[in-house]
Amino acid sequence: MAPHDIRRPFKRAAISDQQKRRELSLLRQAQNRRDAQQQARCLASSILSLQSAAPESQPEQSDTEIETVPESEQESEAFSKDLDVRQASKLRGPEVRKWFARQLMLPEWMIDVPDRLAQDWYVFARPAGKRCFVVSSNGTTVSRQRNGSILHHFPSALPAGAKIRDGSGSAQSYCILDCIFHELDQTYYVIDMVCWNGYSLYDCTAEFRFYWLNSKLEESGACNAPSHYHKFRFSAVPVYNCDSSGLYSAYTGVVPYAKDGLLFYNKHALYQTGNTPLALVWKDENCSQYVIDTDGKGEIPSQQQVVLELQDDRKLVTSDDPPVLFGCLDGDIIEKMGSLRRLI
Amino acid sequence: MEVTQVLFNAQSIDGTVRKNAEESLKQFQEQNLPGFLLSLSGELANEEKPIETRKLAGLILKNALDAKEQHRKFELVQRWLLLDATAKSQIKACLLQTLSSPVFDARSTTSQVIAKVAGIELPQKQWPELIGSLLSNVHQIPAHAKQATLETLGYLCEEVSPDVIDQDQVNKILTAVVQGMSASEGNIDVRLAATRALYNALGFAQANFSNDMERDYIMRVVCEATLSPEVRIRQAAFECLVSISSTYYEKLTPYIQDIFNITSKAVREDEEPVALQAIEFWSSICDEEIDILEEYGGEFTGDSDEPCFYFIKKALPALVPMLLETLLKQEEDQDQDEGAWNIAMAGGTCLGLVARTVGDDIVPLVVPFVEENITKPEWRQREAATYAFGSILDGPSPEKLIPLVNVALTFMLSALTKDPNSQVKDTTAWALGRIFEFLLGSAVDLPIITQANCQQIVTVLLQSMKDTPNVAEKACGALYFLAQGYEGEGESSPLTPFFQEIVQSLLTVTHREDVGDSRLRTAAYETLNEVVRCSTIETAPLVLQLVAVIMMELHNTLESQKLSSDEREKQSELQGLLCGCLQVIIQKLGSSETTKYAFMQYADQIMGLFLRVFACRSATVHEEAMLAIGALAYAIGADFAKYMPEFYRYLEMGLQNFEEYQVCAVTVGVVGDISRALEEKIVPYCDGIMTQLLKNLSSNQLHRSVKPPIFSCFGDIALAVEEYFEKYLMWAMSALQSAADLSTHIAGDDELVEYTNSLRNGILEAYSGIFQGFKNSPKTQLLIPYAPHILQFLDGIYMEKDMDDMVMKTAIGVLGDLADTLGNHASSMIQQSVSSKDFLNECLSSEDLLVKESAQWAKLAISRAISV
Repeated sequence: MAPHDIRRPFKRAAISDQQKRRELSLLRQAQNRRDAQQQARCLASSILSLQSAAPESQPEQSDTEIETVPESEQESEAFSKDLDVRQASKLRGPEVRKWFARQLMLPEWMIDVPDRLAQDWYVFARPAGKRCFVVSSNGTTVSRQRNGSILHHFPSALPAGAKIRDGSGSAQSYCILDCIFHELDQTYYVIDMVCWNGYSLYDCTAEFRFYWLNSKLEESGACNAPSHYHKFRFSAVPVYNCDSSGLYSAYTGVVPYAKDGLLFYNKHALYQTGNTPLALVWKDENCSQYVIDTDGKGEIPSQQQVVLELQDDRKLVTSDDPPVLFGCLDGDIIEKMGSLRRLI
Repeated sequence: MEVTQVLFNAQSIDGTVRKNAEESLKQFQEQNLPGFLLSLSGELANEEKPIETRKLAGLILKNALDAKEQHRKFELVQRWLLLDATAKSQIKACLLQTLSSPVFDARSTTSQVIAKVAGIELPQKQWPELIGSLLSNVHQIPAHAKQATLETLGYLCEEVSPDVIDQDQVNKILTAVVQGMSASEGNIDVRLAATRALYNALGFAQANFSNDMERDYIMRVVCEATLSPEVRIRQAAFECLVSISSTYYEKLTPYIQDIFNITSKAVREDEEPVALQAIEFWSSICDEEIDILEEYGGEFTGDSDEPCFYFIKKALPALVPMLLETLLKQEEDQDQDEGAWNIAMAGGTCLGLVARTVGDDIVPLVVPFVEENITKPEWRQREAATYAFGSILDGPSPEKLIPLVNVALTFMLSALTKDPNSQVKDTTAWALGRIFEFLLGSAVDLPIITQANCQQIVTVLLQSMKDTPNVAEKACGALYFLAQGYEGEGESSPLTPFFQEIVQSLLTVTHREDVGDSRLRTAAYETLNEVVRCSTIETAPLVLQLVAVIMMELHNTLESQKLSSDEREKQSELQGLLCGCLQVIIQKLGSSETTKYAFMQYADQIMGLFLRVFACRSATVHEEAMLAIGALAYAIGADFAKYMPEFYRYLEMGLQNFEEYQVCAVTVGVVGDISRALEEKIVPYCDGIMTQLLKNLSSNQLHRSVKPPIFSCFGDIALAVEEYFEKYLMWAMSALQSAADLSTHIAGDDELVEYTNSLRNGILEAYSGIFQGFKNSPKTQLLIPYAPHILQFLDGIYMEKDMDDMVMKTAIGVLGDLADTLGNHASSMIQQSVSSKDFLNECLSSEDLLVKESAQWAKLAISRAISV
């Protein structure tokens, strides 16, 4: 029993920097773990909050009831977007067009080069064709164009997309894909993924959504050749980082579809409905056949025709996708035009 | 076997002879353990035998009963318990007999061996007559037997936990010990042995300290012993007082005045070893009161179970002058001696603790001393004044301190450059560091550092880095806290203009000729790390430039060939510092998207260097390199996959490193980082990793603190590989289940409760990861059989009422994950659980935001599972 050492730290910090490094590492790891779990949960909760709420607020849903849901309520429920799409697939009449027009993420024209283009953006060649939402649920798949009209109603290998799937594709499982239907090879080119197998991807970055799209779509068998239970082939489009080589590939690279311009997506942007500056489109004669009008013989007419739309707020826009704002008409002209709403 | 000769030979200076002897002892032990132990105890007891062989016999006996490593100790205990009973009683008889040996060394070794045997047998209710027969010895003449017996009782109290011995025997032990201590005991050795024995026996005296008469008696005897003419007895008696101050703080009121008188006399007049213990008494009281006041959280509540008696506050007017006097007793060059500990250092440390205990009240008692001494020609006075000032900077309010600091700062900066004495400069730099540590960034409107003096402060500190190594080290330390004070300053920090200059100076310090044998190099790198950690986005390009510099330094360490073992150790230490620095840089640059991409250009080269650092060692991996790789994997993400083929074996090596369990723990954390980075790309390595992790869990050689993170790591892997985890599900679940069972039935001290909570947290994180990983997979139903047990586990920890917020958050999250993944398969189970009602409600109304958030998630998931 020797005397007991009572030395205390003298002119020293309480913990060493090494210990601090260890602790900070642990802190970071705990934070990353929490983030990873949170992400896994978040994907679920956006669906759950809606589905658990839905039966209470809308018992015995019928088309008419849905049509009368006030718009403000639809918009206020940020989480409910994905389910609304499924409900909206059943919509009829003029409401439908308005509704769907609001649900797609619409690019703006690229009129300048965004900062950090090379680091923060993706680029890919937009397939020529009909932009549509493809929704698979309850053993069937429906594609709807921007105006809400049904393009196809068909079985697909997407989760919950056909009646043959085993029990795993449970009732709550469904998919919503942002696609372009390419007539020539009868293929749905998936340009974005909004929901997959019950996961909502609205609140995920483009980086994540594209990653998810590439890994899951292939896995599901939806890229396989058409068969009895899989009427149309789906395909992802090659997406590049927007550095010079990526741009070059997207611009000049050979793809199995006809190109209609280049789409630029900001990697960090969430799926935002309506027009957004975080998605951009570029068209020129090298990458799009629709950059300029041609007549039946392929000749370029001396005058290009433009369709303009006069909006309620007196703004004059082209009916391009996306529209370009031309200007604003003053009240006099509008009065002179009377009830005329469209100029050709 | 003629054991005496062999024991002799085993101490021979001739290596061959020694080796042969050791070999034959080993053979003897393996072939006939009872015979071996008997011969040794016989040798120890035999008065005819030489001292050397008796001593060695005792030592070997002791080592046959106890070992440092837990698993080895366990084996030895089992082996002894299974030993032939006759042999054991013969051995024990020999031991007891030896306690009366006239030979000191034989007795002394024997008392330790007896305590080891007691440590094994008493908890098994064996050897019941031991304490009785020891106590009967105490009443024996001769004195040397009495001394050895008291010593044995002391060791015995050290080995055995108090609940093993019944109160009646405790009373008898204490009576014997205290009698042995009393002034009436004429033999110094007996009294010393008794005083030292009391130190260990104090933990057994709970009941006796609750009885006023018994406590008075013990305290009187201890206080009397502090006045013994024998210095060793006085020292041992003060050690008892130190131990009493923490064990029986709440019983001290009646004695504190007397103790103050005794200690202050000892501090002023007694020899240093005694004076140090006397100061330690007050430091220890400070520790107690700081803890209690922290529990109060600043306000007194009547129902707090640990009352504060404010001994320090009451003693303050006398205590502070006593401590200030000690400050003037510095040794020359104590700052250059790593091992120094003297009365001035102990007194200064105590003064700092007093300041933390009483806060503002200390300021008027210290300031006059500082003012009087700070300009004296004698260096001791200037140093003591500076130290006194530095030591009260933690405790009092900034409002009280900042006006003083504003006056002192200019003087201190000038002292740091101009004082002729190195010790004064050392303490000045240290005190500046304390100013920055405790008073920068405090929510006070009065800034210490202004545009005007910032330049001067930096210049002086950088200048001092060229001073003697100890001064330079303290200047680095001051800069460390200066940088820390501006952490989180957003876009710009007042240090930004000096960043380049600071970094350059620190790098210069690391290359000083005289940097090798001091802590200076470490201090310089640590400061560099803090400067980087606290830097703002403005200086990110400069941090990026630093990557190449540090990489080059690390590269240089790899070039030296054929190192001696001493050089190799130095190399490894330097590599550790450099890897640590890179880790900090990676974490800094990786934390923002903008800087991350710029940093990526170096990723391949850095990883290459880390792999070479690993390759420098054959059997172990470098902890710092491992930590840095974790940060790298996090920054790089899925691209880290390309390094895996080469890195994997070091990962495995790290997981296998049971001896340096810190390395193992760090590696487990890195597996988590890699899982998150690689996600499904980690699959090819999963078999190896999971096998090793399961092995680690079942090993009793691995430090227990590594096990909770291993469970968390299961969760990380499951979340990464999703349903591929099926392969390991059965094994992982069974390991989790048995750990879960263990962690619900606990009773113990705070440390055990804390460990149990960390274990639960690990288990729960594993469950969360597994549930989330299997979600939306057709294999979800594989998890259903485990659900009842998991719910039971959640109910169990809820009912035990001893979980912390962390566990609460994780546990309620698991409930949500279970409901989310299993859905209606689990709805009735969930509804039957307590967790889904009381526990959930409690969490929903928790004030902890994270708990609440998890609870809301659980509520949502459950309502969904039930409604379907």
